[in-house]
Amino acid sequence: MIKDTLKEIEALDARINELRSSEPAPAADPEDELLGSDSVGPAPDGEFAGAGALAELEAQRSELLDRCADLTAADRVFLARHPNRPHIDEYIATLFTDFFEQRGDRGCGDDPSILGGIARYKGMPVTVIGHRKGGTLEENMRYNFGMPEPEGYRKALRLMKQAEKFGRPIITFIDTPGAYPGKQAEEHGQGEAIARNLAEMSALTVPVIAVVTGEGSSGGALALGVGNHVLMLENAVYSVLSPEGFASILWKDSSRSSEACDVMKLTARDLYEGGIVEEVIPEPLGGAQRDHQKLFAVLDTALERHLAELCKLGGKALVEQRYKKFRQIGL
Amino acid sequence: MNVGKIFSAGSQERVFQLKAKRDAGIDTPRWQEPQFLTCKKCERRATRQVWAKSLYVCPNCGHHQPIGGYYRLSLVLDHGTFEELDAEIDAKDVLEFPGYPEKLGAQKAKTGLQEAVVTATGKIGGIPAVVAVMDSRFFMASMGTAVGEKITRAVEYATAKHLPLIIFSASGGARMQEGIFSLMQMAKTSAAIQRFSQRGGLYISCLTHPTTGGVTASFASLGDIMLAEPGALIGFAGPRVIEQTIGEKLPKGFQTAEFQTTHGFVDQVVPRAELKRTLALLLQLHTQGRKHGA
Repeated sequence: MIKDTLKEIEALDARINELRSSEPAPAADPEDELLGSDSVGPAPDGEFAGAGALAELEAQRSELLDRCADLTAADRVFLARHPNRPHIDEYIATLFTDFFEQRGDRGCGDDPSILGGIARYKGMPVTVIGHRKGGTLEENMRYNFGMPEPEGYRKALRLMKQAEKFGRPIITFIDTPGAYPGKQAEEHGQGEAIARNLAEMSALTVPVIAVVTGEGSSGGALALGVGNHVLMLENAVYSVLSPEGFASILWKDSSRSSEACDVMKLTARDLYEGGIVEEVIPEPLGGAQRDHQKLFAVLDTALERHLAELCKLGGKALVEQRYKKFRQIGL
Repeated sequence: MNVGKIFSAGSQERVFQLKAKRDAGIDTPRWQEPQFLTCKKCERRATRQVWAKSLYVCPNCGHHQPIGGYYRLSLVLDHGTFEELDAEIDAKDVLEFPGYPEKLGAQKAKTGLQEAVVTATGKIGGIPAVVAVMDSRFFMASMGTAVGEKITRAVEYATAKHLPLIIFSASGGARMQEGIFSLMQMAKTSAAIQRFSQRGGLYISCLTHPTTGGVTASFASLGDIMLAEPGALIGFAGPRVIEQTIGEKLPKGFQTAEFQTTHGFVDQVVPRAELKRTLALLLQLHTQGRKHGA
């Protein structure tokens, strides 16, 4: 299980850092040494940071990381939900500038579990929308673990229609366990809100890029996902329902979720092969949570490329391309 | 190949009527017929003839028993106008899900249907329309790729022929065995409806028991006119899931057709006996008479 491997890696990380910090004179920039240094030296007691001990630890770590190269679907579900995975705020802060948050659905409320607004991407004004889970438990509670109410979807739709009006491309970030199955959500029309988003998004005359960054579950994810191009991080998952829900519906036993992960075909690779996502964004070994900046750099390049490609198309062509993309699924 | 097309219109109609008869009163065992049917709600019994006459609405309490696809079509279409669309479309095992093909086979054998939706053209009160009916006997009318495809084709057919569209929804949600491909049918069908709508098409959505999950969150909620059958369960999340999430019991009547009407998501609750008349009236209102700017 990746969980134990990651724990071991983290323990090694801590020891390596400890050694490094107690080292009297660092030989090289510690950043560069991160991935396997082969310096060999006499191994004094760990206490005094011998290069030998460091090398040994790093060798151990890279061996463990190598194990992370080939993950099971259940491992990827674990990584997709990792609390230290980058969150929407961070994506916006790193990839965009001049972010201006827009709140409220202009109907009856504002749902904090969806964050959206205007920002610049490489100087170009765009609309950014994404599920917001929050990093700490307190934030999780405030943002309802990224499970939107209808107000959230209506806010997202308002922002998208506005983006269309002002000719701004739309970039969405998907990371949700699903739409919130609450009482008030039903009273306010969760189904209608999602349906409306799907229909309206399909006809937007501006480029729409959806990026599945964490877990994308059910209609709650798709409601931000009708894009011209859909990108997906390597360890993100995208499915009709959470594996737990899937197992409980199909086998009346939610504890069989890891078995469900295998049959659901929910990994980025599966979806790429199924023609649902256009590109899989590689993550740092061991998961995006290990090196946010590295992930952002790769994603940035991909986003720029996809956006440039889509910006060449006119409004009608964009609608046509998007329609065809979804039309051919399951034909 | 559509086998029905080889036969004359008359025999097509006869086959349709036979299928309709087969689909009526779907919750009861057919061959070991007891003379009486018991209402699931009030548990009062009535003879089969009485049930049939009341269109499988309980003569005592008015409970609307689920009915099959062809039977519902026979209730709303003018006699002799039924023509099935895309009857040959079959479910696909897109994920190679263990045990799915066998399950599909069992559902087909049990119901005599090819998939959980029947799409057709026909006339209602003399006005041609495209009608799709989901049938809850088949896999709880869950939406897989074949259902999504049939609905989408029906919508596209209506778009191309400038016909009004009527969809009777019923569904337990997405078809789990087809995973993400089921989910994508929501986007596919909704996009088709959007195109249809942008070209000025009239879409009447009629929600029947139960309409939930991915179908509620896609084409079923997008009607210009939203109708519902009395007492039908209509919602996104199922009541059990909501109760587990919020940790309390839901009030009586939560997520019923009547609830959706008072919460603003359904225009009118229409009893089965009035269904055809209502549909015919709506079609007339949209196709006949003077239009502003015309």
